[in-house]
Amino acid sequence: MGILAILILFPLIIALILLAVKKDSARGPIVIVSGIVIGAASIFFAVTNFSGSVKDLWLSGSEVDFGIFSAGGGNAAEILSYVMMVIEAALAVLIIVLGIRHRKYLASILAAAQAIALLWFELAKGHEIKTANYIYIDNFSLIMVLIIGVIGSMICIYAVGYMKDFAHHHEGEPDRRPLFFFLMFLFLAAMFGIVVSNNLIWMYFFWEVTTLCSFFLIGYTRTPEAINNSFRALIMNLLGGCAFVAAIILMGLHPYIESFELSQVLATGVSLHEQGVDEPVFNAIIGLLAFAGITKAAQMPFNSWLLGAMVAPTPVSALLHSSTMVKAGVFLIVKLSPALGIQGLFHIGPGFMVILVGSVTFLFASLAALSQSNAKRVLAYSTVANLGLITACAGIGTAEAVWCAVMLIIFHAVTKSLLFLCVGTAEHNIGSRDIEDMDGLFGRMPRLATFMIVGIAGMFLAPFGMLISKWAALQAFVDTGNIWALLAVVFGSAVTLFYWTKWLGKLSAIVANRQDIEQGVRKEEWAVTGCLTALTIVVAITFPFFSNGLVVPYLGAAFSSVAEKTFVVLQTDNMIIMMIMVVLIIVLALLLYGRTGKRLLPLYMSGVNEGDDLTYLGSMQKDVPVSLRNWYFEDMFPEKSMNRIGLIVTCAVFALVFSYMISSMVGLYDYFVQTGGAA
Amino acid sequence: MFNFYGDDISAFQIISLILYVVLAPFAGGLIAGIDRKVTARMQGRVGPPVLQPFYDVGKLLQKEAVTVGRGAQDFYVMCCLIFMIIAGAFFFFGFNLLMVVFTLTTASIFLVVAGYSSNSPYAQIGAERELLQMMSYEPMVLLTAVGLFMVNGSFNVENIIGNEVFSLKFLPGIFIGYLFIITIKLRKSPFDLSMSHHAHQELVKGLTTEFSGKTLAALEISHWYENIFLLGFIFLFFANGTWYMAVIGIAAVVVCYFLEILIDNGYARMKWQFTLKSAWIMTLIFGGANIFVLYYLRGYLWLAA
Amino acid sequence: MASYITKSPWIIHYDGSSCNGCDIEVLACLTPMYDVERFGIINTGNPKHADIFLVTGSVNEQNIPVVKQIYDQMPNPKVVVAIGICATSGGIFRECYNIVGGVDQVVPVDVFVPGCAARPEAIIDGVVKGLGVLAEKQAALAKGVRDAEVPGAYKYEEAAEETAEAAAEEIAEEAPEAAAEKAAEERKEEEAV
Repeated sequence: MGILAILILFPLIIALILLAVKKDSARGPIVIVSGIVIGAASIFFAVTNFSGSVKDLWLSGSEVDFGIFSAGGGNAAEILSYVMMVIEAALAVLIIVLGIRHRKYLASILAAAQAIALLWFELAKGHEIKTANYIYIDNFSLIMVLIIGVIGSMICIYAVGYMKDFAHHHEGEPDRRPLFFFLMFLFLAAMFGIVVSNNLIWMYFFWEVTTLCSFFLIGYTRTPEAINNSFRALIMNLLGGCAFVAAIILMGLHPYIESFELSQVLATGVSLHEQGVDEPVFNAIIGLLAFAGITKAAQMPFNSWLLGAMVAPTPVSALLHSSTMVKAGVFLIVKLSPALGIQGLFHIGPGFMVILVGSVTFLFASLAALSQSNAKRVLAYSTVANLGLITACAGIGTAEAVWCAVMLIIFHAVTKSLLFLCVGTAEHNIGSRDIEDMDGLFGRMPRLATFMIVGIAGMFLAPFGMLISKWAALQAFVDTGNIWALLAVVFGSAVTLFYWTKWLGKLSAIVANRQDIEQGVRKEEWAVTGCLTALTIVVAITFPFFSNGLVVPYLGAAFSSVAEKTFVVLQTDNMIIMMIMVVLIIVLALLLYGRTGKRLLPLYMSGVNEGDDLTYLGSMQKDVPVSLRNWYFEDMFPEKSMNRIGLIVTCAVFALVFSYMISSMVGLYDYFVQTGGAA
Repeated sequence: MFNFYGDDISAFQIISLILYVVLAPFAGGLIAGIDRKVTARMQGRVGPPVLQPFYDVGKLLQKEAVTVGRGAQDFYVMCCLIFMIIAGAFFFFGFNLLMVVFTLTTASIFLVVAGYSSNSPYAQIGAERELLQMMSYEPMVLLTAVGLFMVNGSFNVENIIGNEVFSLKFLPGIFIGYLFIITIKLRKSPFDLSMSHHAHQELVKGLTTEFSGKTLAALEISHWYENIFLLGFIFLFFANGTWYMAVIGIAAVVVCYFLEILIDNGYARMKWQFTLKSAWIMTLIFGGANIFVLYYLRGYLWLAA
Repeated sequence: MASYITKSPWIIHYDGSSCNGCDIEVLACLTPMYDVERFGIINTGNPKHADIFLVTGSVNEQNIPVVKQIYDQMPNPKVVVAIGICATSGGIFRECYNIVGGVDQVVPVDVFVPGCAARPEAIIDGVVKGLGVLAEKQAALAKGVRDAEVPGAYKYEEAAEETAEAAAEEIAEEAPEAAAEKAAEERKEEEAV
């Protein structure tokens, strides 16, 4: 069976076990041990399949014995496909029933439509199409396996401690933790499935499973708000699912492709691209798949589902934002990147759509984040924005831009999970997730604040990873003349600077007389956040090795036109200098921070400081507490308008691109009919 | 001279790097002194001696060491100084312009966090205004680097200076945009929101309120370093590898700085909304339009480069 | 090492209970007519940057802690200059129920500049005199001697109460001859300036 089967099946089995285990004392060890096993297995899998050079594992025939997945046991794989189809149908029925029960008929309609379409197609035509390779693994898949296996399982371990507190805070409500952990592990299994599938019908199956998992996790608390938001997420992701199904059907009908294999699609795309041909039906397939990716990656106008997902317990948010769900969306878009077609500032096609949606999302999500004081919402908008940047990079479709996209995925996964988990811990200990309440967290929870500061610095500051990727992205936008994306990045990163720094400032403020309240934090939470902090720093220091060892070989394989040796994103000396700067900051912090031999003075408050730095003598001879608040630009950049503008622009782009695609497809049809008639 | 990861490093680069690190504070201080003198003359005053900024910093270094909180701000200001020197060092060494910009941003962020870390009301409002100023000028600074890249085919300062193209010819819009935002960067009226150097204002001394003695001196020196390479950007628009354009470039730097002093004295401080809106609009109109034109010209330009 | 402090004296100006006459004269010093920036003088408005503390007007019950705090927040070496007759002795407000007296009642004053209002020339003269004191203090600081701390710093309320009691007692007990003595003392001080 190989380790791959372990990656998918093991989490699934653990999920089922956790569904059955009701006892708190048993659940903790199971989650921790299996989390460690999954993490270790994914590292082992990545290391054994990665030899430093281009390595594609076609799981076919005699080359690698993967049991039922190999072509030798092709029947088994086909049987598996039928099993999936049955499960899919069952899931569709489940959604339809739930939709009707909660009067969300749109969800029912969408689920019914795509299930019927797919079942009809598979039974009518699909079974004639043979799949040679159900599974395809390259370095990018390995990177994703690492992210899901390591970060995903860390989040699950963190959730053990967190959910104990969560149950404590929500006493009197039914304890649904078995379901919770079942869904978390199922999520991991489905994610592994997405990143290794080559057969798009399999990928679609795993895709729908993640949609459903996120639906149940968002609705975990079953409050009216949670149910509402979970249905919003469901409907938007089902829209993407419909596009996915449409793409699969078109693929089956397409004269050159006639296959469900992603590798086949990409190969066709690359060859079309090299010939400079714009083929309408093929463009439509890619456009639909990209659309599915865009919905899952919570790009505008679909960003509201990810914002709504904040009602779920924090580990869910961390999982959705960092290693699963949205990463599945960008995974697909990045995969499609070489096949996105001819590029041009005004050339309407899938690439045009992806770039514009990504860059518009980056800019307006960043602007929307300006007015947020809820830490989780800031993180959510920042996720949406960063995914926008990844999407835009993938849309450009040059090797350099895809390098940025992949590096962004890595850095973002590590840093964002760290930040979410830190906010979760802070929330349980200070009783608020508002940034304004994190005033002087450095005094109350020094270790946690340090972790958060590392995370925030990792998100936007030179010389940490995200910024390096942004830099390379800027360069890629300039090189390819994508001025829209360039302007969006230039303004968006200025805004990014603002909302991160003001949070950083709040955390680092030294407020007098703060009690250290860190003792209450659970051990699992410390272990995980500590590991992630270390990982953030390690990744920032060692990223040239990631780049040269994993990403560049992948690009060499994905972009046949790129000769590996001449491919230079950032000159190595620049990367080395960045590494030295990271080390310099750490050394400076260790040497200088908090050591002062200077005489300490109270703050200047116009001479009326009461001496404790916390109160001043007011005009009525009364003590007034000092309260400092941040700047939120509600008048200039209101959240609602930013979302609305993003929605209008992206919808216009979709309308333009898809109407253009349909009309060109119709034109093509007419052409065939006419030439057929003439002949 | 020797090789560093595939890049040849010339003696010229090393000399200019050393000259920058050693001389920039003197040049920066002198410029600040001349600035004050010229300002005074514009206002019909005699003004302080030209060496006054050095006296100020000398005095600050001699004052008693006091600080607030647990002295966290001193760490951040020290980081700000170090990264400012590094940013300028990259510039004069001829490195990637984007790296210069990002390192400069990091240095500025350290300054802002220094303001926040004191938890003082005046310092925090100053820090936020500083942040607002950063948000206002950052897009244009990046576009300047991009424009110079599009014309010269390289982000490396070394190549931009060495390239035979007279960049200003293709970058008039970007040049105007840069002059506009450098007013913010040089902390001139009407944009001196965060730490006014003019007679005291509603924020006392804004961001710097809680800094004193050596910390304030370090900040002052970091401004000197910063100003030198910000003016160096102007030089890049003129340099094309010939000596006479280098002379013209330096003359242009002088003229532009004089212009900044004139603007400083000609305007009262405006509201923050004006800073943000005007800077972004200028960036879009002049920077954005220039970039679009360049996009259509770039086939021609890249042949030239 | 040369001392730069006399070449770059930065000022903070505080208005005690002045009639604003002296304040206007202080600001007049900054105008082109008098241009104190010639001497490197800058009005910072921030005790943490300042070397010289200019106080105009007499000190009253409510601003005792304020004056003390501003003084205390200035890093050493520092000099206090009392501007105008009110700041030196209380002036015509001296007998008011709320007035404590000159600034020297609260913080140690180095230079007294009398006048009502003090002329800009006199103010500049006073500040320049203060520079001499500043240089001495700088030299002392180099040897490790710091300005005497104000006793009871940060216990402003207690200090204020004590001073208020003392003032009340003084008013109650002050015999005519004591008042004459005090006036003579003040004259002496003014002559000293």
